[in-house]
Amino acid sequence: MTETTLPVTKGGAQQSLLRINLIGLLTIVRKEAHRVRRIWVQTIVPPVITMTLYFVIFGTLIGRRIGEMDGVPYMNYIAPGLIMMSVITNSFGNVVSSFFSAKLQLFLEEMLVSPLSYATIVLGFVAGGMIRAMSVAVIVTAVALFFTNLDVAHPFITLSIILLTAMVFSLAGLINAIFANKFDDVSIFPTFVLAPLTYLGGVFFSISLLSPVWQKVALLNPVLYMVNGFRYGMLGVSDIDIRVAYAIILVFFVVLFTTAMVLLKRGTGIRH
Amino acid sequence: MDALVIKRLTKTYGNGLQALKGIDLTVPEGDFFALLGPNGAGKTTAIGIVTSLVNKTSGSVQVFGYDLDRQREAAKLQIGVVPQEVNLHMFETCRRILINQAGYYGVPRRVAAARVEKYLRALRLWDRRDDIARSLSGGMKRRLMIARALIHEPRLLILDEPTAGVDIEIRRSMWEFMREINEAGVTIILTTHYLEEAESLCRDIAIIDEGLIIENDSMTNVIRKLQTESFVLTLEKAVQSAPDLDGYPVELRNEHEIEVTLSKGQSLNSLFDVLSKKSLHVVSMRTKTNRLEELFMGLVEQKDRPSELHYD
Repeated sequence: MTETTLPVTKGGAQQSLLRINLIGLLTIVRKEAHRVRRIWVQTIVPPVITMTLYFVIFGTLIGRRIGEMDGVPYMNYIAPGLIMMSVITNSFGNVVSSFFSAKLQLFLEEMLVSPLSYATIVLGFVAGGMIRAMSVAVIVTAVALFFTNLDVAHPFITLSIILLTAMVFSLAGLINAIFANKFDDVSIFPTFVLAPLTYLGGVFFSISLLSPVWQKVALLNPVLYMVNGFRYGMLGVSDIDIRVAYAIILVFFVVLFTTAMVLLKRGTGIRH
Repeated sequence: MDALVIKRLTKTYGNGLQALKGIDLTVPEGDFFALLGPNGAGKTTAIGIVTSLVNKTSGSVQVFGYDLDRQREAAKLQIGVVPQEVNLHMFETCRRILINQAGYYGVPRRVAAARVEKYLRALRLWDRRDDIARSLSGGMKRRLMIARALIHEPRLLILDEPTAGVDIEIRRSMWEFMREINEAGVTIILTTHYLEEAESLCRDIAIIDEGLIIENDSMTNVIRKLQTESFVLTLEKAVQSAPDLDGYPVELRNEHEIEVTLSKGQSLNSLFDVLSKKSLHVVSMRTKTNRLEELFMGLVEQKDRPSELHYD
């Protein structure tokens, strides 16, 4: 966004492109935050109930028999994984459903006819995904505290990894919604790709439990780096090098952001 | 300055349909312009390209001198659009829809709040400001879309079938509102199927058919081009057969009504002279069909039946 001066509109003063985009971004963020609040029974409650069940079943009941994983109690081991799992599913789910309904009900046109840059539209929806993901993460963390004590070994790593992951999956949700033409299209990726990657991404177990061949296969799963990066931030233990985790997440962010921008600019799925 | 200049605009959809075959169009600033054409003629595609909702295949579009390709933001800032299809967020309140739209154009919330009241009052929706769009009637949704298109106070307002499905009373009040907006300096482009609406409101007109502009002139000039015009006269006394009116074609509709057709060059005064001579007293008179409708039908049918044209 550059500080370009735009012409005077009939009723307004001379405006700068930067100012228009900042106000526009704030508007999209407010709208998305309002959506999360408005339909909180769909956006906040279900993930919290699901994660509570995971804590009860895997943490308390099964976890007692497992004992420790990578030197930490099983409940403590899965807590970061479950928080990250809720961040991934909720950031993705929020953007895919918000953008797709805007596209389906045509009110996405409100933004498309406006002078907002494509970057502003992308960032606005990503911010919406992050707001929901972080809201759910805070509540899931609070729920986890009912079951165990959680310390944060590296606060900056913890916060940066969770925010970057929320951004990456918000972008993934946006791209899914851009391509989606019917409701089935928004559920295929979460069901057949996202869920397996998340469950196999080290949420419940360390990849050291796998055979050497499967350990190598597991390293192809990007979710593994996010879960382990976050776990390293909270517990100080991880299956992978934290620098690799950052690198992978950043690469995904750049690739997905660029893809989303190109798709919007071309009008794929939104313009004829 | 011209509000809109379209040059050699073409659009071919992915399925091979050539919706626009190279149209040129100029709309002067301050104009009230009618863009008419039958269904599928290319009106909505043209509007879609101007409002950035459809990708053009080739050609150029300038809005108040800003090129839509090179000065996209500046051009878009000038336009407000009311699309044909309702595209409101059905679960948002009227107030929130307008505040959000203002935000997309960089209008701060404080300024937007004042404009929301101004336009919702003007369009008789203020009482429904906190109701969700879904709860509004069809006519109210249309009015809300007009308010939304005006919230950033554009210089060019494009209305694609704004009064479709709106009852006559509300339609008349919307016409009045559109006239006021135009008198305040906003250039308006209107597409409509109500030709009476176009004739009553618009100063200039373009007719598009099968992706080509087949007429583009002032409304007055276009109406003047009509070769014939038919009038229905209600007579004071009953007649049993069509009277002979010295060369004016006459048809008997019923014993109190006759239909008289005037050719170009024939005046109503001469007709009334003849009627007086024949002692036929006229109680009332109306045009048989809307004049623009006759012209429109003539133009659109031209390609199929050129010999039956009533248009020069």
